[in-house]
Amino acid sequence: MRQGIEREAISTIVSEFGGKPELLVQILQAIVTRHGWVPEDAIRQLAFELNLSRADVYGVVNYYHDFRTEAPGKHIVKICQAEACQAMGSRALTAHAHESLGASFHETSDDVTLEPVYCLGNCACAPAIMIDNKTHGRVDASRFDSLVEGLRESG
Amino acid sequence: MAATKIYVPRETSAVSVGADEVAVAIAREAKKSGVRIELIRNGSWGASWLEPLVEVEVDGVRIAYANVTPDDVAGLFAAGLGGEHDKRLGPVNEIPYLINQDRWTFWRCGLTDPLSLEDFGLHQGFKALEKAFADGPQAILDAVTASGLRGRGGAGFPTGIKWQTVADTEGDQKYIACNADEGDSGTFSDRLLMEGDPLGLIESMAIAGFAVGASRGYIYLRSEYPLTHRILTRALELAREGGWLGEDILGSGFGFDIELHLGAGSYVCGEETAMLESLEGKKGIVRYKPPLPAHEGLFGKPTVVNNVVTLASVPNIVNLGGERYADMGVNRSKGTLAFQLAGNIRRGGLVEKAFGVTVRELIDDYGGGTASGRPVKAVQIGGPLGAYLPAEELDTPLDYEAFTEIGAMIGHGGIVVFDDTADMAQQARFAMEFCAIESCGKCTPCRIGSTRGVEVIDKMIAGDGRDENYDLLVELCDTMEDASLCAMGGMTPYPVRSVLKHFAEDFASSGGK
Repeated sequence: MRQGIEREAISTIVSEFGGKPELLVQILQAIVTRHGWVPEDAIRQLAFELNLSRADVYGVVNYYHDFRTEAPGKHIVKICQAEACQAMGSRALTAHAHESLGASFHETSDDVTLEPVYCLGNCACAPAIMIDNKTHGRVDASRFDSLVEGLRESG
Repeated sequence: MAATKIYVPRETSAVSVGADEVAVAIAREAKKSGVRIELIRNGSWGASWLEPLVEVEVDGVRIAYANVTPDDVAGLFAAGLGGEHDKRLGPVNEIPYLINQDRWTFWRCGLTDPLSLEDFGLHQGFKALEKAFADGPQAILDAVTASGLRGRGGAGFPTGIKWQTVADTEGDQKYIACNADEGDSGTFSDRLLMEGDPLGLIESMAIAGFAVGASRGYIYLRSEYPLTHRILTRALELAREGGWLGEDILGSGFGFDIELHLGAGSYVCGEETAMLESLEGKKGIVRYKPPLPAHEGLFGKPTVVNNVVTLASVPNIVNLGGERYADMGVNRSKGTLAFQLAGNIRRGGLVEKAFGVTVRELIDDYGGGTASGRPVKAVQIGGPLGAYLPAEELDTPLDYEAFTEIGAMIGHGGIVVFDDTADMAQQARFAMEFCAIESCGKCTPCRIGSTRGVEVIDKMIAGDGRDENYDLLVELCDTMEDASLCAMGGMTPYPVRSVLKHFAEDFASSGGK
């Protein structure tokens, strides 16, 4: 397996965006949405196909939080760390998540990757978390556990 | 008998607390019981604490039910749709939280089906664009200037001046760049509008394009809003299908189209020049100003950069006249702002009110105090770069200049409430930590200062030379404020200083991380 993502898959995405270098952020976002991360090989390939330097592509990948350079677990759980959620107990919820999943931020345990996020725009229904691109509100420790339990059951 | 209309919001907050599951349960129950219904996925009215807020239309009146769960659905049907039930609030247009607002910009949110051109047309949709075509560009520019509308993203720059500048600048290509990178904690008004009235935003951008002579628009949407992305994508398709975007709109000779771009999790990309860099496919690093984006913006072309709410305020200004908008508000803060009540508050949600309302009125009268029932200790206004106000300052009227006077800012209108259990030393630390995480790295005060700020605050919390470090922290704040390139480093000191001023005792009592 070539670090997880086939050359053709990257090329397909590049051509969907017309091979335009000014759409690099959009291309990377599409790669992460579909494949979860951006491997080193993809950076070389993108530089070649978009006629950019590797440093340019690497710089952009490295700059944005969304562009992971390590493969995540099957599921990604993000916990909001910003002020509105802090005011409703996100620090305690985060501590609970670390403990119950056995993972710190940016770590993967049992196919679940835990990440921080700074505001999901769900500030009136805090604390908020996001699981695989779906936002959940009013999350306390027991709701967190049952949402994670649901992930395990769905596989 | 006609099908009974049932509304269940398809909006991030409602969905985050089970609206989709409720919609599924309603469809299933209707089928089971043989009741004919029409299920409409509306936007949210913004009364987030009531979500999922389900409405049943009876004789033209929409009856609201609050905090509905899938388990409630069978009971709602059993009571007869619209009938008595524990969760029945009565007509949605009698809910005090909603009717005591000045809904100028958000008036269609909750009311309409966001993804129906027909419903949009029944509610003034595209009327302002048609009027713009009839009145001509200068009339639109004059109306926006007369309205006194200022940028709702946070900076508060007069919109009319910005538009006029772009209109007056020569350029073979001009752009409208809509800033939908709503990164401030405690804010969700852009999202609520884009999910509840996406066609309204599209119309607004087309009006802006017509007024300044721009044929292309971009929406820069943060990636944390995936549902918004789906809704906007569909709305753009609908607008193109209906001939409201594309070449020669309505035979006016004016062509305009919009590209939807996603951000990638960078807070600084909400700063206008960083956003332009990101739209060009680059790292979201802040540009030096001048040149202003109005002169040299996206790809070096004259560009209007406006926040979602700023743009969405325009159609009614076109329809009703700039003076009507300017009649609301106080001093140089004209019109309305969509305040967002968040954090530890009983009735969180969106409240669109004319400027001049006080923070206390919003928190007590609308918000109903804290969710925990404990006293308010601090209120952060204007996102992570906003000051923490102590309870004594809550009578300050919401007015851009009045806030500047107390060393605070209104920003994008987010109001985050903390109760008396909050550890303000930790909040000061977080302000510096957040800046360290999100700094674009271009200027030294922000890049290095934020990390040093965390270290100094940690020492103060640990009791290690608290007085010397207090002085050092103040000096660091001065440097960051005076020498940073943009608001990220330049305003991170606001929350820190406010904690030093009002809650200094928390450094001694802080329990650590």
